[in-house]
Amino acid sequence: MDLVRDTVRRFAEKEVLPHLEEWETRGEVPHDLHRKAAALGLMDTDLLTGMTVSEELIRAGASSGLCAALFTHGIAIPHIRNAGDPAQIARWVTPTLAGEKIGALAVTEPDAGSDVARLRTRAVRQGDHYVVNGAKTFITSGCRADFVTTAVRTGGEGYQGVSLLVIEKGTPGFTVSRKLQKMGWLCSDTAELAFQDARVPVENLVGEEGTGFLQLMRNFQSERIGLAVSAYATAGRCVDLALDWARQRETFGRKLAERQVIRHKLAEMARRADVAREYTLAVARRLDAGEEVTLQVSMAKNTAVEAAEFCAYQALQIFGGAGYMRESEVERHYRDVRILAIGGGTTEIMNEVIAARLGL
Amino acid sequence: MKIVVTVKQVPDPNATQGLESDNTIARDREVVLDPGDEYGIEEGLVLKEAQGGEVILVSMGPERARDAIRKGLSMGADRGILITDEQLAGADALLTAKALAAAIKAESPDLVICATESYDGSTGMVPPMLAELLDMPQLTTAKQVEVSGSKVTIHRQTEDGYQVVEAETPALVTVTAGIAEPRYASLKGIMAARSKEVKQVGLSDLGIEKGEAAETVLAVNDAEARQAGEVVEDDGSVGVEKIMAVLQTAKVV
Repeated sequence: MDLVRDTVRRFAEKEVLPHLEEWETRGEVPHDLHRKAAALGLMDTDLLTGMTVSEELIRAGASSGLCAALFTHGIAIPHIRNAGDPAQIARWVTPTLAGEKIGALAVTEPDAGSDVARLRTRAVRQGDHYVVNGAKTFITSGCRADFVTTAVRTGGEGYQGVSLLVIEKGTPGFTVSRKLQKMGWLCSDTAELAFQDARVPVENLVGEEGTGFLQLMRNFQSERIGLAVSAYATAGRCVDLALDWARQRETFGRKLAERQVIRHKLAEMARRADVAREYTLAVARRLDAGEEVTLQVSMAKNTAVEAAEFCAYQALQIFGGAGYMRESEVERHYRDVRILAIGGGTTEIMNEVIAARLGL
Repeated sequence: MKIVVTVKQVPDPNATQGLESDNTIARDREVVLDPGDEYGIEEGLVLKEAQGGEVILVSMGPERARDAIRKGLSMGADRGILITDEQLAGADALLTAKALAAAIKAESPDLVICATESYDGSTGMVPPMLAELLDMPQLTTAKQVEVSGSKVTIHRQTEDGYQVVEAETPALVTVTAGIAEPRYASLKGIMAARSKEVKQVGLSDLGIEKGEAAETVLAVNDAEARQAGEVVEDDGSVGVEKIMAVLQTAKVV
């Protein structure tokens, strides 16, 4: 077996699987897991290695929710890293990659989701500080985060008025107003954040004022690839689980795996999971090589999400009543998979991206 | 301290096993570093971390056995030696021990660590032969190893406890699975392993002639199937007494 996969699988078996149910109940993963993952080098990876890590975690029995919680840094720190300010990197990027700090990215607001250019959280410059007012919601790892890379409006209307500001836990006026209850991704904490005259030092501005929107757009591609990985890995895991079950389970005196209806279901599942995986990998390699693949990234996300939804649904169907039970892993995937068509840009937004690039 | 750990690539224990027509182990399948060898590597790394020195992995096998060495290197071992030669295909325990001994002798190590036996062949003959050929004392089935100056002391696992055994180095130690939990490679370790040296040598480099096989497997038979146990029917009144009687007869209670 590939050495990276071997390490990830052992990490999953030793550090994740025995505790996952407890974390699902508690609604968060412990900070210590970040340190353990960092010690093995699982946090500071390039795009393609990171894909292998996430895929193998899920294939070993973890979940897309676990990846969302543990690898939130994938969306929280790239902008800071790219902006290249050594003080900011030392303060947030390095400790996060070492598992010492947890970061989050706050874009969505109660009134603005995918419509980033319309966000309303305002940051007004007053001397050495920005005074921030507004609210953010659906913020992954927001309850645990030591710092939040926050999209704020520093200028006028439209996307040119958006900037990125790092707001640290403990900043007066910044509070986690609510821990949100979700359908799936239960081990991943999700927060609603409130800013009331929160005073943030100007040195926390990431990049230039007014470049926030572009910084976010730039990172959307790898975030979407990340979600596609979660999707095709979940699809693959559902195929594994359903295959095992079909080989063991007997009904009316025969194994499920001997019945053509089930065999064809499994064949369809395996085909979709594999096609999604190979396509996403091919697109990711091009993205990694610096090619412009916005169109293909959107197609990869939608293709992988479709495969995941299909496979989770069919796996649960093959499991029957046993699959509907909370104790069954496919039940968890069935709930976890639903967010994948929503987060990081909905299926519909992806289709708009595709349509626009088709010249429509 | 210079430590040599012998490692072997074996068919994946999680996959179906098989034999060739000449009763040697079929190797046309997924192969992995022998899980038993990971304990020896771990122990070697622990000793090196405490006392400084070098951990060298020595393996005999086909070209692809390099992957097994690479895995040990990614755990933290320093370099590897792969003995590979077409004439070594299907080698018996003695030829294996001769080849390993020749490669190890050239390194003049202070300590040689082996697993008690390989996962696949399970003969357990190579380590003692190796100790003999290297003219080293052998300390077997260690569940703990300590090196102090030129003395190595082990806790030797027995059926009902352990013996404390010591010898002068250089010495050969075989370790059990209980000795330490093998670390797994970090991504950094995996990257670093790619540039570590793995020297490849053949029989002529080692100055060894293949010679006649010292052992031949005449036949392979299935182990006797376990017999069904005694069934005690319980009508709700005497079950416990009957089970106690059986356990007492077996001297379990």
